[in-house]
Amino acid sequence: MITAGIDMGSKTIKVVILKDGEIIGKSIELAGFESREAAEKAFAGALEAAGIAQGDIEKTTATGAGRKNAPYTEHEVTEVGSDARGVRELYPNARTVLDVGAEEGRAIRTTDEGKVLDFALNEKCAAGAGAFTESMSRALEVPIEELGPLSLQSDASIPMNAQCAVFAESEVVTLVHAKTPKQDIARAVHDAIASRIVSLARKVGFEPDVVLIGGVAYNTGFVDSLERALETKIIIPEDPEFVGAYGAAIIAAEGL
Amino acid sequence: MKAHYGYKDGAGDFFIIIDTDNCIECADHPCIPACPESVLEIIEDDYEDMVCAVTMDHRKKIKYSCAPCKPDRDRPPLLCVTACPKNALEHLW
Amino acid sequence: MAEFWRWKEYNWHDENKDWRDGELITAGVDVGSVSSQAVIVVDGELYAYSNMRTGSSSPESANNSFNWAIEGTGLTLDDVGFVIGTGYGRVNVPFSHKAITEIACHARGANAMYGPSVRTVLDMGGQDCKVIRCDEKGKVTAFAMNDKCAAGTGRGMEVFADLLAIPIGEVGELSLDVEEEPPPVSSTCVVFAKSEATGLLREGWSKSKVLAAYCSAMAHRVVTLLEQVGVEEDFAITGGIAKNSGVVTRLEKELGIKALPFDTDTQIAGALGAALFAQNLLRKKLAKAGK
Repeated sequence: MITAGIDMGSKTIKVVILKDGEIIGKSIELAGFESREAAEKAFAGALEAAGIAQGDIEKTTATGAGRKNAPYTEHEVTEVGSDARGVRELYPNARTVLDVGAEEGRAIRTTDEGKVLDFALNEKCAAGAGAFTESMSRALEVPIEELGPLSLQSDASIPMNAQCAVFAESEVVTLVHAKTPKQDIARAVHDAIASRIVSLARKVGFEPDVVLIGGVAYNTGFVDSLERALETKIIIPEDPEFVGAYGAAIIAAEGL
Repeated sequence: MKAHYGYKDGAGDFFIIIDTDNCIECADHPCIPACPESVLEIIEDDYEDMVCAVTMDHRKKIKYSCAPCKPDRDRPPLLCVTACPKNALEHLW
Repeated sequence: MAEFWRWKEYNWHDENKDWRDGELITAGVDVGSVSSQAVIVVDGELYAYSNMRTGSSSPESANNSFNWAIEGTGLTLDDVGFVIGTGYGRVNVPFSHKAITEIACHARGANAMYGPSVRTVLDMGGQDCKVIRCDEKGKVTAFAMNDKCAAGTGRGMEVFADLLAIPIGEVGELSLDVEEEPPPVSSTCVVFAKSEATGLLREGWSKSKVLAAYCSAMAHRVVTLLEQVGVEEDFAITGGIAKNSGVVTRLEKELGIKALPFDTDTQIAGALGAALFAQNLLRKKLAKAGK
């Protein structure tokens, strides 16, 4: 049985192809301004990796903010549903899922059986999502990939007053002008976004194991801030941004 | 004065409304110790009255500051609102 | 790189008046996060003011704006009986006798600028948006201030001016230059609205159309804040965005209420209110001293 899951994120589109429970192909594309085209491209990439044709896929389930625009799709699930399902498969002991993507942050509490008990969202405000770190990397003039390692060099905790990405950008520029070490600013940026995700986690009453997924999970500085704030170890899967698409592909298979 | 402390952002409206006319007659200010996150304080306002206010520190993040008192499931009555003898406090979200 | 958000700084004083004829000379200094104003009031009448960008230091910005307001008047700080600081940097006005919040000062200033019939003041500043209800004396009866989020503030508009490479002062007029009103930008968050606008430009929207969509989104957002506190007429708008016809026109339309016309610079409302508070306090001080 071959199924696919497509995660139509606001910044990237992910496709996972599953054959009898095993991932046989996956691909990621920038959504850009033509998300449908990008989705088709992501599909083509995953099919090529799997060495199969579109016709071989029996069922496709879409998730993500833009799931209504997904091609080749028979079925949709919410991000909460696909995240929880994907994490459940990877880590049966997980009880809390944190998903931090480009434009949304999410905390999900699951039961021992893996059912969604509760969830909380940060949406429609860049301060609680990856877009925040992207704005700050621009203000710091440090590439986004380097922001995490840079902040790990800091052991100073400086507060950021601004809660808005636009205002925080000006604050970062002011800090740079005041000769504040860039690593300390980077850490302050990660502490700021981590504190917002922690509040989501508290809202759903987080319990271990805590699994972090979404593209921002690659940011080691953010993970460090999050672990410090939650006072717990966090599990990060190998491909954190594919977990939603993976969950969607599993749901597609279960529906057959 | 109906003081709206908090903000509006893409995610919604997060305001604590304090009717400071009611605070003026309140001597003990039990709202202050009631808040586990120290969100509230007593200030002298511009008209020289001692009234309750949300601290500067928390004004821009009350969605997060107040989150521990607002679990999604089984939300208990808000401690600050319950503590206020004058019904001067209201949360809008 | 051109800086499209930049605006012209200015000062003014009443050439037909001599402050030496006055009895009570007071000043208000409003150090905002983006702009700073100083106002000199002589016996309750507006005498001089300045409006400039706030620099990296609040005390310096306070000094600069005061010095610019008194330029060419022969007045010195020693001639001023009482100074009140207001705005974001109000506690950092080195020569002030007292600090009063911008909420109270805006209400007081609007009361003087627009008359005692003003009940609702909307102040759209550089980094905040305030809705203030007041009584006939200009005393605050209710307020809401949003300084957490850039949407609905001048800063949000600056981001758009920069994105579209349009001088900030021309945004309003240009946004009205559309044949048909486009739907508002759907994202509230300025970061997301900016990506949305980039997409619209790629779709072939004109700059005017994109600005129209943003101005109406901003107007809508401000209206929801107004409704939160409640609007009672007369209604007045202060702050820099009061000069943006694109936002004001749309806001009045959605609200169904016209804002009062103004003949005094809307950006000095806070500093003017502070100077008027200062006058009361100076009078009290003099009375106490037995003069």
